Amino acid sequence: MIEALGLVKRYGSTMAVNDLSFSVRPGMVTGFLGPNGAGKTTTMRLILGLDAPTQGSVTVGGRSYRDLPSPMREVGALLDAKALHGGRRAYDHLLCLARSNGIPASRVEEVLAIVGLEGVARRRAKGFSLGMGQRLGIASALLGDPAVLIFDEPVNGLDPDGVHWARTLMRTLAAEGRTVLVSSHLMSEMALTADHLLVIGKGKLIADTSADELTRSSSRQSSVHVRSPQAAELAARCRQADATVRPGSTSPAAAPEAGTGGGTGPDVIEITGMDSAEVGKLAAAHGITLFELIPVRPSLEEAFMELTRDSVEYQATGGTQ
Amino acid sequence: MTGATITRTSPDHRAAFRPATFADVLRSEWIKLRSVRSTFWALTVTVVLGIGLGAVISAVSAHSYAKFSPSEMLSWDPTGVSQSGMLIAQLAIAVLGVLCISSEYSSGMIRTSLIAVPRRGRVLAAKSLVFAVVTFVVGEVVCFTAFFAGQALISGHAPHAALGDPGVARALAGGGLYLAALAVLSVAVGTVLRHPAAAIAAMIAVLLVLPGIAQALPDSWRNPVTEFWPTQAGSQLTSVYHSAHTLQPWPGFGVMCLFTAIVYAIAWTLLDHRDA
Repeated sequence: MIEALGLVKRYGSTMAVNDLSFSVRPGMVTGFLGPNGAGKTTTMRLILGLDAPTQGSVTVGGRSYRDLPSPMREVGALLDAKALHGGRRAYDHLLCLARSNGIPASRVEEVLAIVGLEGVARRRAKGFSLGMGQRLGIASALLGDPAVLIFDEPVNGLDPDGVHWARTLMRTLAAEGRTVLVSSHLMSEMALTADHLLVIGKGKLIADTSADELTRSSSRQSSVHVRSPQAAELAARCRQADATVRPGSTSPAAAPEAGTGGGTGPDVIEITGMDSAEVGKLAAAHGITLFELIPVRPSLEEAFMELTRDSVEYQATGGTQ
Repeated sequence: MTGATITRTSPDHRAAFRPATFADVLRSEWIKLRSVRSTFWALTVTVVLGIGLGAVISAVSAHSYAKFSPSEMLSWDPTGVSQSGMLIAQLAIAVLGVLCISSEYSSGMIRTSLIAVPRRGRVLAAKSLVFAVVTFVVGEVVCFTAFFAGQALISGHAPHAALGDPGVARALAGGGLYLAALAVLSVAVGTVLRHPAAAIAAMIAVLLVLPGIAQALPDSWRNPVTEFWPTQAGSQLTSVYHSAHTLQPWPGFGVMCLFTAIVYAIAWTLLDHRDA
């Protein structure tokens, strides 16, 4: 359990974290989302006592991090995969951390096996790829077998196999009843991993909700994607039924799962205001042939973009000219 | 690799654990110190040059003793000559002391260290203590070995010293103590400045540059500097003979320890209050 109350962190004139209150509960993966520069890392540094809050407080298991008697046994953290001495061997890096919290050396071998780094344990960390560095960071977080885990962008630099592994690991850790807080700027990644979402932008909490609720509350409506040789006729019929019809959109919302068809073109239309059953019945009633009939929900990614549009710190101005 | 199980214990059934102690942090810092190559190289330089340079200078000086003027013969200090390598040894120790904390800042390891041990004072204390003890042991080995090697090379060509001569044992034992105090000072300076280059420059200024500048100043300025400058005062513990405008061995070393304690207190306060 992590609880933040009115957390404020100011660096000079910059408000990195602005009046943040939230709680992260055990037994689930909580995704910590926000655009780059939103204050995710700062918040994690405040949780871990690296930075002192300007105002407010944050506790882990009811205690301030710096008061924990054996911190690595209670909280495991991966902040930055590069936060280690490159000249030290992976095994020694983990051993010095284990010793500092009275964790037996046998546990070092265990966590190396969990993250799959046994083969390079005797190699110096500066030769590690970013993905290997992430695995080493995850290994150090697991050293104390802690009940609370905090990961800052853990899948950065991992290959697809590694991303899948990290996702499974986090879900397993949560299923064991642990508190798992994972930050990311990629909504699509969180959609697959997180049960609950904390969304922040410009240091402020924008949403504290489940992943499902976030898409449901999106102002974008569900739509129906249709491909038909008689698209024009169907469009006219639907308009008569008070639905809105747009030509087949190239937006990601209208492109269903890759590989399941759903192309664009003059025979593709997108209908809002009717559900797929209604469109299907209407088409049947008028003898219109349908090739594709796909209900499209706004993706979590779109809901996220919509939510954080006003709080993106570094925004491209669009266009390349 | 992908199918690995996480842990065999669920959070509810985890083994009871004891609070981390200062001894745990000491063990951790010992592993940190011995697991990087800069430690090996700096200590090798300390030992090889500390002993080797002392031996070479002892041999060369002893062979030219016969051509010395009477005043040079009067100030002949066979113990001091055999300890000539200390000049290099102290630089190697200062650089290593600075690096063992400032390299944590330059690599980012400091964040990992402070997450593991959020009681930051313990990190500084353990680091200083471990490095001071290692330095003390290496320093004593270097001082005594250099002394015996030096006296063996001097004997037969010039008057040599024996361990039982007045002040000799104290001066040799003092060499290790002086280096140990310097070790703590270097760690503290590295903590205050954080950047390896800046901290190394600062230590070289303390050890060589400022005392060198003082030599160019008029007596009224130079004498108090040679008397009270921390490293100058501390090094009185390592010399057998007492020269004018210097403190006695133990008070001199006391001045160095006091200065080190002040810098250490600043380092402790900054480490505790700064965002890492």
